[in-house]
Amino acid sequence: MDNLLRFRDDEAHEEPAVTLDGFLDQSNATAVRLEDGEDARQLLPFLDRLALIEIGFSAFGDGRGYSAARILREHGFDGEIRAQGDVLIDQIAFMRRCGFDSFSPETPLDPGDAEKALARWNHVYQHAADDRQPIWNKRHGQ
Amino acid sequence: MYKYDNYDQEMVYTRVAEFRDQVERRIAGKLTEDQFKPLRLMNGLYLQLHAYMLRVAVPYGTLNSEQMRMLAHIARKYDRDYGHFTTRQNIQYNWIKLEDAPDILADLATVEMHAIQTSGNCIRNISSDQYAGAAADELVDPRPYAELLRQWSSFHPEFSFLPRKFKFAVIASDEDRAAMRLHDIGIQMVEQDGAIGARYYAGGGMGRTPMIGPLIRDFVPVADLVSYAEAILRVYNRYGRRDNKYKARIKILVHEMGAEKFIEEVEAEFAHLQGQNIDAPAAELERIKGYFEDPAFETGLSDEIDRSDPDFAVWLDQNVHTHKQPGYAIAVISLKPTGGIPGDASSAQMELMADLAERYSFDECRVTHSQNIVLPHVRKQDLHAIWQKLVEAEFASPNLDLISDIIACPGLDYCSLANARSIPVAQKIAQRFKEIDRQKELGELKLKISGCINACGHHHAGHIGILGVDRKGTENYQLLLGGSGAEDVSLAKITGPGFDEDGIVDAVEKVTDVYVAEREDGERFLDTYRRVGMDRFKEALYG
Repeated sequence: MDNLLRFRDDEAHEEPAVTLDGFLDQSNATAVRLEDGEDARQLLPFLDRLALIEIGFSAFGDGRGYSAARILREHGFDGEIRAQGDVLIDQIAFMRRCGFDSFSPETPLDPGDAEKALARWNHVYQHAADDRQPIWNKRHGQ
Repeated sequence: MYKYDNYDQEMVYTRVAEFRDQVERRIAGKLTEDQFKPLRLMNGLYLQLHAYMLRVAVPYGTLNSEQMRMLAHIARKYDRDYGHFTTRQNIQYNWIKLEDAPDILADLATVEMHAIQTSGNCIRNISSDQYAGAAADELVDPRPYAELLRQWSSFHPEFSFLPRKFKFAVIASDEDRAAMRLHDIGIQMVEQDGAIGARYYAGGGMGRTPMIGPLIRDFVPVADLVSYAEAILRVYNRYGRRDNKYKARIKILVHEMGAEKFIEEVEAEFAHLQGQNIDAPAAELERIKGYFEDPAFETGLSDEIDRSDPDFAVWLDQNVHTHKQPGYAIAVISLKPTGGIPGDASSAQMELMADLAERYSFDECRVTHSQNIVLPHVRKQDLHAIWQKLVEAEFASPNLDLISDIIACPGLDYCSLANARSIPVAQKIAQRFKEIDRQKELGELKLKISGCINACGHHHAGHIGILGVDRKGTENYQLLLGGSGAEDVSLAKITGPGFDEDGIVDAVEKVTDVYVAEREDGERFLDTYRRVGMDRFKEALYG
């Protein structure tokens, strides 16, 4: 957990995340882990009782986890969504936009580089899972 | 044409700063080459056989003269004084140094240009009809819709690590000049009950497994244009194959899932996205449209053109297209001189094109997917003067859509993926058919050459296609017939065993001989092929 970079005010969740299959079997767990390509929508009936959903990135180039996180946020999940695995500096700004609010990278991120990467973009072109207004809304006073 | 506001300008400058930082981290060893690769790719920077190649985006192929002059400046300052216009309406430079790349992007940003998403597994530069806003047959100008999609897809947080690259084309006429159905998403703007909307096709593409994109939805209201694209991309991002990069394009997903099931998935995702506030406010499309209004055309101009100069008349008949406005024409500058490299232009030629666009075409020019340059809004009375300037610069090849107007990929002369050279074959074919009268006699004949099965030279869509392969260590060329990237879209079929470099030139000549012998009144090569079938051509080739 030393590598954990977290953007939430609440206490970090202590319970280890169970696999999706394990969760669907016993389902009293409050933390679950999705591997690349596992269907986030299977969790939709249980979002109320989940505190942490960890999404694994086996390789940074596998972008399925971005959709998974966004789908969870679009269905109102407000617990922690953590990106774990091959998570790199140049991905975290996009991940934040898709609804990830904590990062547990295999290789620690340089905190200065991370801060710089997250602060870089003043504007965004499109709506995502964060509350940032797209440029086209700003242009028209929305 | 579209003009950046402060937001657009800041986004591009931010990208330059980000890339400069990434290059510094790479040089400092903080990024491995594997980690750096997708980052440089998303900035259009490839490592090729001999050097880095930089691909610069030309959104929907539209450029002004200042931008064209900047492209010339980059060729002169950072490359070997030329650039290569591509089948995606972009330009690429073949001899770039990594350490110069941030400065080049900074130069480009001063004229509202960039290399964002010109490679990598993301949504690429969006292409369109090169005659947009000028063609007599279009319903609306497709470019405002392309621009809206450009903005939405730029730095898209969810779709920057797709299974594979993703290409859009947007058109708005029944004549397809953009190979729309051979794109991952092809959109035709159409009218229904007096309203404009988008007809969506998905799952088309060339490459190793060519597919014609099936219709996904007949009419998507303009208000949902972006959210429908978002739904398709999400289905693709979640379900597209990632186990094999040769099966990772959306065409394979649509094919394996079946169009019907794919549509079901897209419609379900689209229904979910309603209410997620994905689409732009209506005022934004109106704002963008404002930039694409007609230029101040003069009225009352004559449609008469003095044809007394026979060489001019040849160019006029071949390279000039009908304009929607009386007294105006669309003129095409061929980048296919006999013996030249298809799509290449020197910095001096780029500057000439910039001058012509500025003086004669309301400061606008276009790149075509067949690697030529268009002056979209030219007064008919100026055509002769334009032609004379082109002649002086030896830049007036009157061969648009003729056999020497060849699309060719860079091939083994540059590309690290290629199996065979494309450029010398294109040059030899152009040389064999160099008499313009002979080319005109053969009429419209789209010949396309790829140096490997990735099909960057669009050989599947050639009336005559040529595919270079490696056969036991020697370059071998397969001949294909009957493809089309137009509204009569079809995929070309291989004739049979391949040929060596000289043999393929002879083979092309033989199939054109068959056409001349068999054609009926008014038939193009493609029409004759479709009527008489492959066997007649095979006989002549292998008989």
